[in-house]
Amino acid sequence: MTFNRQTTVAQMRTGERGRIIEITGGYGLTRRVEAMGIRPGKKITKVSSMLMRGPATIQVDGVQVAIGFGMARRILVELESE
Amino acid sequence: MKILLMGNPNVGKSVFFSRLTGIRVIASNYPGTTVKFTKGYLKLGGELTEVIDVPGTYTLEPTSKAEEVATEMLKDGDLVIDVVDATNLERNLFLTMQLLERDIPVIVALNVWDDTKHRGIYIDVKKLEQVLGVPVVPTVAVTGEGMKELVSRIHEAASPDVSYRTRDERWAGVGRIIEQVQTVTHRHHTWLERLGDASVKPFPGIPIAVLAILVSFMVIRFIGEGLIGYIFEPLFNNLWAPVMMRLSEFLGSGGFLHDILVGKLINGEVDFFQSFGILTTGLYIPFGAVLPYVLAFYLVLGFLEDLGYLPRVAVLLDTLMHRLGMHGYAIIPTLLGLGCNVPGILATRILESKRERFIVATLISIAVPCAALQAMVIGLVGREGWQYVAIVYGTLFVVWIILGLILNLMVKGFSPELLVEIPPYRLPPLRMVALKLWARILGFLREAIPIVMLGIFVVTILYALNVFDYIANFAAPVVSGFFGLPQEATAALVVGFLRKDMAIGMLSVLNLTANQLVIGSVVLAMFFPCIASFVVLARELGFKGMLAATGIMIVASLVVGSLLNLIL
Repeated sequence: MTFNRQTTVAQMRTGERGRIIEITGGYGLTRRVEAMGIRPGKKITKVSSMLMRGPATIQVDGVQVAIGFGMARRILVELESE
Repeated sequence: MKILLMGNPNVGKSVFFSRLTGIRVIASNYPGTTVKFTKGYLKLGGELTEVIDVPGTYTLEPTSKAEEVATEMLKDGDLVIDVVDATNLERNLFLTMQLLERDIPVIVALNVWDDTKHRGIYIDVKKLEQVLGVPVVPTVAVTGEGMKELVSRIHEAASPDVSYRTRDERWAGVGRIIEQVQTVTHRHHTWLERLGDASVKPFPGIPIAVLAILVSFMVIRFIGEGLIGYIFEPLFNNLWAPVMMRLSEFLGSGGFLHDILVGKLINGEVDFFQSFGILTTGLYIPFGAVLPYVLAFYLVLGFLEDLGYLPRVAVLLDTLMHRLGMHGYAIIPTLLGLGCNVPGILATRILESKRERFIVATLISIAVPCAALQAMVIGLVGREGWQYVAIVYGTLFVVWIILGLILNLMVKGFSPELLVEIPPYRLPPLRMVALKLWARILGFLREAIPIVMLGIFVVTILYALNVFDYIANFAAPVVSGFFGLPQEATAALVVGFLRKDMAIGMLSVLNLTANQLVIGSVVLAMFFPCIASFVVLARELGFKGMLAATGIMIVASLVVGSLLNLIL
């Protein structure tokens, strides 16, 4: 059994990859984010993050989406084992 | 019959719409280009059919204003052309499923089809058609590929029996379809993708942004000055001026008709900035002074839009913009405002909260000078030296920042976080850039020429009737006392309500010092919006919002004008 570290999108480092486990925001946030294709089970790559709690850019299914820091903290990710 | 064009944001619906109806609408490579719906007509079997370009939406469960609009419009439609981004099938099919669940015939256009090959995506179209139960046609709206087939199959549109109880069920359904129809092979990154990734990282993204802004300014100045120096000025001075002199002689070098058409002769010659006749200054301001810069500005903006750069700027600026009560995406309406405030204020619809829209629209109408005003500032203030032009721009930028900080503290409500798709870079076909530029230039000319000409007519008459003297006496304490401008400048401030470029032209007649020109330009830029932006401001913010914005505007321009007068 491989143990994969769990973290949030906000804490992922640029270039790191993983799988989305859960989106812990309210109903509205979950719905908006999911409609853009960001859903549990999806593979995710962090493309960039801005300094000072700025937005993160993530890639899911070949599509890049920029999300605010607050949302990034609510997306739980299981990191891909090296 | 009413056909609705629906789909996710930024899948090319607007280009599609132009192809179907022949109506040129502004299309760009970022989500949210279409904020108000556009109507057009398509000949279908000898019958004119209404086609509506619906703003993009990810889901029919309304999560934002634009999606509410889309859902609302679905009720009046008779048929949906669902435009799907073939390079991102899974997410797009989620909306397709929701459309199929409704009781309305659907036909699917697999757009951006040309991109699937070099992205290593293979889609079995026949199979997809089978599984969905509606016609599926691969298309490339930008080149027109597949459009004929799509139109010829519109009558096959169907409304199959699909129903999912929950979102999870629907996603599962989409997943099963994807497994059956799509295979994705691994492939290497292209240089455009590498550049795309690099330009949303703080490094090298921020240096790239600074470079992009500098290059944009240089290109705009180079093209603008080049057009004026080599084309428009020679045309006006060598060809049009002699015609005007002939006309002037013919009209007896004076009199009412002469003053209206040719204006006043300066040292016995026509002066296109100062004569103020309908056929001299009235033509020179829109064509000779403003058009070259409007053309240069929209050429550069259009390229950046179609490339897909603007959302990346939004990401880079997000942290700063939050301090000013906006999120990064507000930079897009703001940049559009640099061309003309009207489309800028309209574009605030891409923002989610009312508070944010109020802040952005107010800041645009106060601190973002439109291209027409900028062209005149560059033309007239630039004569005194570039440092003065820099003071005008610098002041407006500082006002934008400070006013944003203040509004962020004062305006109630919350500004949501950034959540936006970053499109891949696409090298825009020259034809598309040219078509868009042409649409915007026509829009500018249609707007500017009648108002400038009418304005000059009205101004001449008001001068003849001494109305301005009356207003000037009334406004003298403010204009002279606060701003340090001569009383006569009042007329220009009043005319600024019609068109700002014309108002700056009126300042040039007054023999102002360089500092006075700077103050006059800044006050004109900030004080009261021109009539066109006034109307959209009222429409977009509501009457109360517009009154509030106008109040802020008046106070801000009084304060800034007086401060400049003290400092300079």
